[in-house]
Amino acid sequence: MVSVVYEAPDSIEGAISLLANADIPAKILAGGTDLIIQTNGSADESRLFVDVKRIDGMLDARLSADGLDLGPSMSCAEFTARDDIRKVFPGLVEAAYLIGSTQVQGRASLGGNLCNSSPAADTVPALVVNGAQCVIAGPGGERTVAAEEFMTGVGRNCMEKGELLKIIHLPTPAAKTSDAYLRFIPRTEMDIAVAGAGVSVTLDDDGTCTAARVAIGAVAPTVLLVSAAADALIGTKLDDDALQAAAAAASAASSPITDRRGTAEYRRQIVGVLVKRAARIAATRAKGN
Amino acid sequence: MSEAQEFKYIGQRTIRPDGFDKVTGRATYGADLTLPGMIWGKTLRSPHAHAKILSIDTSKAEAHPDVMSVATFKDFVSLQSESVAGTEDAAGVLDVARNCLADDKVLYHGHAIAAIAARTESAAKDALALIDVKYELLPAVMDVEDAMKEDSSVLHDDMFTAGYDEKPSKASNIATRVEMKMGDVEAGFAEADVIVEREFRTPTAHQGYIEPHACTVTYDENGQSMVWCCTQGHFDVRTLTAKVLGMELGKLKVIASEIGGGFGGKTVIYQEPVALVLSKKSGRPVKMVMDRDEVFIATGPTSAAKLKAKVGVKKDGTITAMQGWMAYEAGAFKGSPMVPGVMTMFTPYDCPNVLVEGFDVVVNKSKVAAYRAPGAPQAEYAAEMVVNELAELLGMDPIDLRLKNAAKEGTQTIYGPKLKRVGLVECLEAAKNSPHYLSPLPEGQGRGLASGFWFNIGGQSSVSVNMNPDGTGTIVEGSPDIGGSRASMQMMAAEVLQIEPKNLKPIIADTENLPYSQGTGGSRTTFATGMAVIEASEKVVAQVKERAAAVWNVTAEQVEYADGVARNTAGEDSMTLAEVCKNAEKTGGQISGNANINARGAGPSFAVHICDVAVDKETGKVDVTRYTAIQDAGKAIHPGYVEGQLQGGAVQGIGWALNEEYVFNADGVMENPGFLDYRIPLASDLPMIETITVEVPNAFHPYGVRGVGETGIIPPLGAVGYAVGNAIDRKVEELPCSPPRVLALIQNG
Repeated sequence: MVSVVYEAPDSIEGAISLLANADIPAKILAGGTDLIIQTNGSADESRLFVDVKRIDGMLDARLSADGLDLGPSMSCAEFTARDDIRKVFPGLVEAAYLIGSTQVQGRASLGGNLCNSSPAADTVPALVVNGAQCVIAGPGGERTVAAEEFMTGVGRNCMEKGELLKIIHLPTPAAKTSDAYLRFIPRTEMDIAVAGAGVSVTLDDDGTCTAARVAIGAVAPTVLLVSAAADALIGTKLDDDALQAAAAAASAASSPITDRRGTAEYRRQIVGVLVKRAARIAATRAKGN
Repeated sequence: MSEAQEFKYIGQRTIRPDGFDKVTGRATYGADLTLPGMIWGKTLRSPHAHAKILSIDTSKAEAHPDVMSVATFKDFVSLQSESVAGTEDAAGVLDVARNCLADDKVLYHGHAIAAIAARTESAAKDALALIDVKYELLPAVMDVEDAMKEDSSVLHDDMFTAGYDEKPSKASNIATRVEMKMGDVEAGFAEADVIVEREFRTPTAHQGYIEPHACTVTYDENGQSMVWCCTQGHFDVRTLTAKVLGMELGKLKVIASEIGGGFGGKTVIYQEPVALVLSKKSGRPVKMVMDRDEVFIATGPTSAAKLKAKVGVKKDGTITAMQGWMAYEAGAFKGSPMVPGVMTMFTPYDCPNVLVEGFDVVVNKSKVAAYRAPGAPQAEYAAEMVVNELAELLGMDPIDLRLKNAAKEGTQTIYGPKLKRVGLVECLEAAKNSPHYLSPLPEGQGRGLASGFWFNIGGQSSVSVNMNPDGTGTIVEGSPDIGGSRASMQMMAAEVLQIEPKNLKPIIADTENLPYSQGTGGSRTTFATGMAVIEASEKVVAQVKERAAAVWNVTAEQVEYADGVARNTAGEDSMTLAEVCKNAEKTGGQISGNANINARGAGPSFAVHICDVAVDKETGKVDVTRYTAIQDAGKAIHPGYVEGQLQGGAVQGIGWALNEEYVFNADGVMENPGFLDYRIPLASDLPMIETITVEVPNAFHPYGVRGVGETGIIPPLGAVGYAVGNAIDRKVEELPCSPPRVLALIQNG
């Protein structure tokens, strides 16, 4: 059994100092919905948990003319209850609502979902298509990384020892822009994505797509931003041919594995279906904006 | 009983006596008993599906400061001598023991090898890593095809196929071959205008009970040993545990805790004798609780099966011949429910020419345990799919085709007796007139229908009804309550005693408080234990009459008992039951009635289910949009709990048909041992299951009861399977209808 040393600093500096100077494996604790399970099965003798929830701003979400500044540890339950955020980023809010159960959503957070860096993380494709920027604080100061660059492999990311995620910033979307996120699971809830797809589209006044971002999950070691799929949408009226081309591009960009949740072949197919369907939803929303 | 009866309490929807404790968290389950000085046991399990054990070195674990005892198969001392081998009973006990702790071979991923008891649960877990086991790996045999090959790796070199006239010369993974027949199938098929023959597969599926196996035990050298565990049959736990350990029954008390689901899977033993060995060696009470992954890899499941069904029919819908073939996985030790599969496969049909052949096959998976109508869902799935296809080919309504051939009173079964009065025709008619069947199928959806048959059993039940001086009473029974049976016992006793059910408290007594009672299984409890409750309550009434008669100086025959009141028919006197009980000390002592019966005459229960599905043609995902379960309960003692059984069976069957399956890697290691990836249906996955309870009384029960617990899991496999095929215009020959499989069917035909 792992013995855990628990610290709960009330400042970024305090957290950085604990993380940077730890002589045992150090883990950042937000909601703990992944971390505690992983710790139970860990071979480590001891671990340092640095609980970041007491740090100012970690649990807040602020919507302004600049966009959304999201405290990484805000619970999904609080996040999904924010109608103001839902109006601007409906797809992201839906993605957060898909994680775990009602009980888990009381603890789980978007920052935790990102930092756990599972390829199947539901909120990450939605963050990526909304151009999220991750502000990382560390011993050497702050740096900013685009959400699509954050994950580097299965369960791995760009954060170095001593660093922590301070804020997730989403710029205000352009006019007539909206997003959607869909995942496929064999049941209705309480499951992990077999494949996931986030899409954001911007339309002009006659309904032509002028900008798009497409991100796919659970079909590669990391969440992928698929520019070829976005390119298939841009300049079209999102007709069936364009959607089919985007779907094909997403399937082509994927490199899924076969495991207990699905075969590679199946995942490759349905990720395209999800892209197509998410693009349709995003477009409908964008028309309404 | 045959005429309709008037009831005062039977048929009401009373509040279950165990409900309050369960919803408030006060009920004590298998893991909830803690004793002074208690320590924790944990099990070392095989990482391999098939291997010889070359050596087990426990010395390092024994040297661990927190470890208090270690157990291996060698500690089953009474099984070590040569003399125990030879008899069929001894062989059965050896298989049970070797499943509790492996002997010279591990036979599945998760097979228990050794157990450790330590001061804390985590110390016990940690110390498992100190046990050094050396293996010689053998090829894993993971399905019946592989297992039945001539050159297959053989699990047991002393197993020769039973069921042939001559004993085979070579050991085999086929434990048993069974053939049952009647009439002449060849002649029957020759008469047929249309014949359909298909092959089917069903996956390894688990009972999926929420409560993991758990026990707390104390070994006592003076004959006071005790096992507390969650089980469907504590008397059977006592029998099996005592046999494995060579104990006398009277020296082992087994207490059944509350149980969080069993569905057949808690009728066997896993940890109990191991925990007793650990307790004996440490001198401490020992608790063992399985983790969820242990439940999946080492308990349950039910047989994966390969089946063939061939049915011939005349143009007018008369079925002329039915032929079946099935091979069931038994898991690591023989004893799959293949035989009931053979027996039930075509029983819903009155057909003179039937031939069914079955094989019980061992494979490198956990030994199967009973699961709700064990063996029937797989076999009847194959039969129902083919019957539906024939209806389609004939252009006949599938209910009409079934009505034309329905089994009824007098129908000869393949397994021997003729059916007594049964309710299949009534179920089919109820299905035909149901709101569901009368509603048109929504555009693009598929509909399937299937019938189901299960025997139900009677068996031994012991009951005592003890009256208190204030007129309340205790119903002491030995059947663990897995589905609301305490409420039914209360209502049946109340009906006889003519007092409010809430004045009677039903309890599940331990093995020292009652004579032997068979476990809860085979849908027997409301039928058989209910009969015993009625008989014991009638004895109470007889005593009440005698006591009142003594007071009034008349004969007992002159006393009438009605509405909870004894009346003197020769005078004006009357006494309530409470008054008679209060007065009992003056009339000869306290009042109780007991009945120790071996109930015969269990009435089979037939069912018909209707299922509508919508299939997402781009992802292969199946949504059940409407579902109706119709079943004959004989007489529904508590209609709400009967409906609950119908719904529960349907949901488990739907899960089996849609998403539940064990996923193994190439080495035979189970990859989805948890509820995340072993996908039982969630409440949000399904519509409300509509129910129709049909009541065709069973003449052998005083109130007409038939067991209802099991039949409901049988029809869903065929109903869902056929509905999916109907929606996508394909033949569904393999379950589950998981999205990848359905999408492949859509795309590849």
